[in-house]
Amino acid sequence: MLTLKDICFQAPDGKFILKDVNLQIEDGQLLVVTGPNGGGKSTLAKIIAGIYQPSSGQIILDGQDITALDVTGKAKKGISSGFQRPVCFKGITVRVLLNIAAGRELTANELKSLLGMVGLCMCDYADRELNASLSGGELKRIEIASVLARRTPFNIFDEPEAGIDLWSFQKLIDIFREMKSDSSASQMIISHQKSILEIADRIAVISAGTVVEYGVPDKVLPALFGEDSGCVCPVGKGCGK
Amino acid sequence: MNSFTEQLLGIVSSFKGTFHGAYNLRENGTCAGRKSSANVVISDLEDKSGISIRVKPGTKNETVYIPACVTESGLRDSVTNLFYIGENADVTIIAGCGVHADGHETTAHSGTHRFFIEKNAHVEYIEKHVGTGDADSKEINTKTEFSLAENASVTMESEQIRGVNRANRVTSATLADHAVYLVHERLLTDGSDSLDTAFEVILNGEDSKADIVSRSVARGHSSQRYSSRIVGNSRCTGHSECDAILAENGSVDATPCLSAKNTDAALIHEAAIGKIAGEQITKLCTFGLTGKEAEEKIIEGFLK
Repeated sequence: MLTLKDICFQAPDGKFILKDVNLQIEDGQLLVVTGPNGGGKSTLAKIIAGIYQPSSGQIILDGQDITALDVTGKAKKGISSGFQRPVCFKGITVRVLLNIAAGRELTANELKSLLGMVGLCMCDYADRELNASLSGGELKRIEIASVLARRTPFNIFDEPEAGIDLWSFQKLIDIFREMKSDSSASQMIISHQKSILEIADRIAVISAGTVVEYGVPDKVLPALFGEDSGCVCPVGKGCGK
Repeated sequence: MNSFTEQLLGIVSSFKGTFHGAYNLRENGTCAGRKSSANVVISDLEDKSGISIRVKPGTKNETVYIPACVTESGLRDSVTNLFYIGENADVTIIAGCGVHADGHETTAHSGTHRFFIEKNAHVEYIEKHVGTGDADSKEINTKTEFSLAENASVTMESEQIRGVNRANRVTSATLADHAVYLVHERLLTDGSDSLDTAFEVILNGEDSKADIVSRSVARGHSSQRYSSRIVGNSRCTGHSECDAILAENGSVDATPCLSAKNTDAALIHEAAIGKIAGEQITKLCTFGLTGKEAEEKIIEGFLK
């Protein structure tokens, strides 16, 4: 279980990017975080992964305070993070990256299964370099596979659907459903996609650095996508419909 | 051969007690072993220190080993080797060089390799350079020249990963019609090492093609200079790429030059020099690696 207690993150100019964020993700639960661009969702993901340190607040994983740990420390505690924009590595192949992620040499069957889960054929991709010759969608799938390779208890995916074609999108939903069925692992997905929001156990809407809505999909989705949702100003500036 | 030579041979030519195929082993300036085969004849040059390697036309799937080792501190070895590759031959040539030195005097190997590659022949040329021992005066200088006839091709894998304190590498090729010249160079310098690598490719033939990819890492206070010149004299394609990673206080100068002398010559150069991107380190840290481990993995992959 991961608990975020009063997480704040301030920019160098003192502006709050996140303010008093409190969230709890139970074992086996899928939390989907949504909200307007610039609201602080990706910052929150980076704080949990250890890429940023919060200005204040606590991150508790299975009862242990891991707030002060850096990226490596948090990764070793069992947190994995799929980036919104995957990173290229000249010379490093898909196979090598997934081996590094897994912390060991994967068997051909494991590699085939991992790549198959994200809709890629091992024969075509295992020995491809992670460079600009791969499309954004291909890099995104490999990014997701690298998180899956780690089999960690807490996984973060920042907009995993970005760059993935419609044909593969349903497959992506299936992956997250399958991950949900593993009761020991929890997931946090940042997404704007209704199909992903619909499979969530809980949805948190983050806007202007705070959690403005939280609950089960049945409660949150109508407000987001229902007739009344219209074009209400997401940051509550009273712009109206 | 002495134990240092044996160790160096293991690194530069995967030597495990014996060579399978024709070979010539040069140790401290003299021939320490030689064997020709039915298709590959190796003999001394008459006018200078060195050998000629003659591969008969049509020879297929043979590997020829031409390693050179210098293990006597203070020795400056110099050699010229001439390779004559017959028509339709397809051979692999492994020509590594290792220098071991513990003293303060400069210990050096300077090698000139000239290739005359006949029509339709293919050569895979593998060249590894390494230095071992405590001395900081190990030097390897190479001049490698290829002359490719019609439809001939060369794939060159060149590597200098560690231990060579000073190096000057000059590689040139002249291509006839439909000839293909592919180079993959990997370099790593550290400490106060200094390295120069220069390529010159003359694309004379119609539809000839050259592709040079040089990847390097400059660590410590080491310095590297890369230059390439591709001349397109006909309808041809030429591409060169210089990618360098800087670590600590390393420095790299890259000077590419393209010279198109025919309107159908298509020449491209790409160069990228910089330190390892922070996001690359961060990504690997999310897998549980430390920053240092991540850097090593990135460099290892980059130079592979």
